[in-house]
Amino acid sequence: MSGLDKRTWFVLVLLAGLAVLPLIATATGNEFQIGQFRRILIFAIAAVSLDLILGYGGMVSLGHAAFFGVGAYVVAILNWHADREVPLFGMMLGTQNVLATWTAAVVVSAGLAFLIGLVSLRTTGIFFIMITLAFAQMVYFFFVSLRAYGGDDGLRFPGDTVVLGVIDTENDTAFYYLVLGVLCATLYLCRRLVNSRFGMVVQGCRENERRMRALGYPTYLYKLAAFTLAGGIAGLAGALFAAHESYISPSIMHWTRSGDLIVMVVLGGMGTLIGPVAGAVAFLFLEKTLPDYTEHWMIVFGPILLLVVLFARRGIFGWFLPPEERDRHGH
Amino acid sequence: MTALLFLEQTLNGLQLGVTLFLMAAGLTLVFGIMNMVNLAHGSLYMMGAFFAATFVGWTGSFFLALPLAVAATFVLGLAVETLALRTLYGRDHLDQVLATFGLILFFNELVKIVWGPVSIFMDVPKALSGRVELIPGAPYPVYRLAVLAVGLAVAAGLWWLIARTRTGMLIRAGASNREMVGALGVDIKRLYTLVFALGAALAALAGVMAGPIYVVEIGMGDSMLIKTFVVIVIGGIGSIRGAFVAALIVGTVDTFGRVLPAQFGLPAAIAEMAIYILMAAVLFWKPAGLFGGRA
Repeated sequence: MSGLDKRTWFVLVLLAGLAVLPLIATATGNEFQIGQFRRILIFAIAAVSLDLILGYGGMVSLGHAAFFGVGAYVVAILNWHADREVPLFGMMLGTQNVLATWTAAVVVSAGLAFLIGLVSLRTTGIFFIMITLAFAQMVYFFFVSLRAYGGDDGLRFPGDTVVLGVIDTENDTAFYYLVLGVLCATLYLCRRLVNSRFGMVVQGCRENERRMRALGYPTYLYKLAAFTLAGGIAGLAGALFAAHESYISPSIMHWTRSGDLIVMVVLGGMGTLIGPVAGAVAFLFLEKTLPDYTEHWMIVFGPILLLVVLFARRGIFGWFLPPEERDRHGH
Repeated sequence: MTALLFLEQTLNGLQLGVTLFLMAAGLTLVFGIMNMVNLAHGSLYMMGAFFAATFVGWTGSFFLALPLAVAATFVLGLAVETLALRTLYGRDHLDQVLATFGLILFFNELVKIVWGPVSIFMDVPKALSGRVELIPGAPYPVYRLAVLAVGLAVAAGLWWLIARTRTGMLIRAGASNREMVGALGVDIKRLYTLVFALGAALAALAGVMAGPIYVVEIGMGDSMLIKTFVVIVIGGIGSIRGAFVAALIVGTVDTFGRVLPAQFGLPAAIAEMAIYILMAAVLFWKPAGLFGGRA
């Protein structure tokens, strides 16, 4: 395998595998599973965005599902208003144009991430974990109490299904490739970003923030920018999720969902970007298959998590790295 | 809002506050001394309540079940600390979050297997089932007053333990400088185990007492855990005094947050969000919390 190292092979094989999945599913008469795989990819996008701040920035955010959920809700609410022709904020703001709703989802969730980051990034360590969790809980309760949009029961909405006049999200396969395309674009963008000067500063903050400050970097602003961007990407994943489900409820931003995202990142290998994709695939696959063996699969899954933490610290991606690189990056 | 309603809600708020304090006291010590994030603290609250439900069934007496459940959870705390958490103290916070997240999944499922998925309703013990006219014209449930009294008594007991005994001195020393305490020849491992189990017992006490007021169900500890986090963030990590003051503030704000918006025609969304807004405000002015020395 001259020219390509193991890492590149891992990325290529994983992405190629995801690319041919619908073909295999169709060939074997399992078309209905394409939707399942699409759901997995959507969570993979969210996991990659979390890796950006968790793996590279060392920010243990236990509230990432909030941005995902807000992105989904923005799409749902705009669609709902357009469908019912009910004014939003006193204006006819509702729209079913996919490009408009998805852009709005990214903007709103990035804005929310900016506001939450503004307060929570003033702290570090245990404080940061608890504060991000608390803010996410606040957002969760906000949507639970929004009776107009279904509250606890959630909101079912009829959406426009054609993206950019080309891709119909009703078509399982076409929508799958759209999501895969967004995932690849996200991976590419994040890869470029973490290797840029900006990414180096963020990683420097993870290693030793005080030193970065001493070198004259406004570390708070760098971290805030990364946090905001990650929130925006998670919002995009949420928008895709809303289109995928045509139904949305506050349960997708329950705090355990944020925990699940962290599990995906660490299970796959944090600070590697591609690892979380593998982590999302592994996690959601287990979540789907373990219940077939035992109704009480969580009693197995919980201790598995503990063992992964204690013994397999580099995650799935770590198995494919040469031993000298297996040393963990993150904190 | 009438003065009667105000007094009644203040009592409700204080009662929630002392329950939160029982949770927060143990958790803030674990944070402060072991520098450890423990998401599974809410599970101990839940286990306490389920133990109590079972013991009430066996003994037929709430007053026997309460100490038994607290003792059982104390033992459970010892086991969890020795088997799982001890190896995590030196690890980074992310590992601790993940591992204790795994513990939550484990305990929730364990409860589902042992007690079944159905919620359990615990009766208020007969001796405390009436109402008393503490405030003229507004009879108040005796049981809730008893919870308030027990909470305050435990708070006083904890203060005595921490401020006046040798063990407490070691705990305080451990919170300020772990290595130094170890270097002075104190068995720090045993101290850690003891503090963790003590926290477990306090969480169980909170869970048992909450049983008859709310409902004993799977995941009942999760929402308490997050409120407890808010208490600790506001009070400052590692500070028992901070936890006490913040718990009473959070309990009161949370209770009034549910009553006031309806009175003034404000959206109900404020109810659940009030304590988080309060937390954000406190953090904005004091990132280390009200009584915290370091952020």
